[in-house]
Amino acid sequence: MIENPWVWGAVSGLVVVNVFMGVAAWSIWFERKFAGRMQNRPGPTQVGPFGLLQPVADLLKLLQKEDITPKNADAVLFNIAPPLGLLTVLGGMAVFPWGPGAWVPADLDVGILFTLSIASLMTIPVWMAGWASNNKYALIGGMRAAAQAVSFEVPLLLSALVPIILGGSFKLGDIVAAQADGAWFALWPPGPGAVAFLLFLLCSLAEANRIPFDIPEAESELVAGITTEYIGMKFGLFYLAEYMHTLIGSFLGAALFLGGWDGPGPDGVHWLVAKGLGLFALIFWIRWSLLRYRADQFMSVCWKILVPVALCTVSAAAVWKVYA
Amino acid sequence: MSPQWSAALAFVLVAAAVAVGTLVASRIFAVRARNKPPSRELTYECGEEPEGSAWVRFHPRYYVVALMFVVFDVETAFILPWALNLGPVDGGTLLVEMAIFVGILLLGWGYAVRKGALTWQ
Repeated sequence: MIENPWVWGAVSGLVVVNVFMGVAAWSIWFERKFAGRMQNRPGPTQVGPFGLLQPVADLLKLLQKEDITPKNADAVLFNIAPPLGLLTVLGGMAVFPWGPGAWVPADLDVGILFTLSIASLMTIPVWMAGWASNNKYALIGGMRAAAQAVSFEVPLLLSALVPIILGGSFKLGDIVAAQADGAWFALWPPGPGAVAFLLFLLCSLAEANRIPFDIPEAESELVAGITTEYIGMKFGLFYLAEYMHTLIGSFLGAALFLGGWDGPGPDGVHWLVAKGLGLFALIFWIRWSLLRYRADQFMSVCWKILVPVALCTVSAAAVWKVYA
Repeated sequence: MSPQWSAALAFVLVAAAVAVGTLVASRIFAVRARNKPPSRELTYECGEEPEGSAWVRFHPRYYVVALMFVVFDVETAFILPWALNLGPVDGGTLLVEMAIFVGILLLGWGYAVRKGALTWQ
């Protein structure tokens, strides 16, 4: 074990960040293959066996693209938004526990608050990109993204409160440990845990701008939303950040509601990875099965249905915690 | 700084370095055009000359969303420490207190619904 916290943080950061970028890149291949099969076509087949080298080809292509900053754009904001977006997605993983004991880069006492607050910062670079592009599509996309992200932030936080109440801690490791031996919060106590899990999944979709909540970049009305003016690696960073936001949402869901590293046989990181990637695949399935919500509908869904339901779920969990 | 926060900061710095490093790599590998036609740096507007700036006044409905968000986010910030202290000891009192707080908030929520503030106009 490495004793120096700075070295430990940096080394674990390097491993987690790079593995996540790799998984996100190949998840794009997986999604294209998956979508292709769902629509009765083969998906990528040309680069490598089964098209497996497609992400490498995409990366090389993006790296070589000419870098254009539009004349009318705010150049500074335009250029710092993409790396900032990736940073806000990756930073929250610092407190994520990968297994029991020391399998965590930084075991903060406020773990889950740290993750959720850093992830919610994503709104700022997204809106920054929309504003700085000085493009009408990008601006509308950025505005919608900001409105959607702050709206769904509320039910997301409330649904994350259920595991906090049941686990009695902000530390992600403690919350996972409280679900040991199959007492997963999605299953036990019956009721609030399951509802909160569904809410969490729904709100993660909205936070990551995935279908059915991808209004910010609804391509049929907004061209490409905030990424309209972006090209090359800057576009690539936003694209990667979106996938990673989804990926991290699935892993957080697995840790908060599905028992994290707990499972039949030996506990460990393999169970966490299996659950996280399972949820991730479920999100792809949803994406390629459902239609997009209209911009005026998501507000009603969020504020009139999800928020009161989330409040009721939190109350039910609190009553359970006190009296059962 | 406690060791956990040092590790978290080191993690975030590494993440920042990776994000910036990717852009630096694209700086190195990106092709550069020998001559740039002025149209290349125009704002994209479906091939037409862009009509005015996009930095214009915007619909106030977004402002209402932001207000609602602040109200409910502050409320959640109040609930968080409460959630941590729930337990068999004093649990009943805590529940009643939070019920009063959330009840007042729900009254406001009902008012906003009746006023149509939560409807996208």
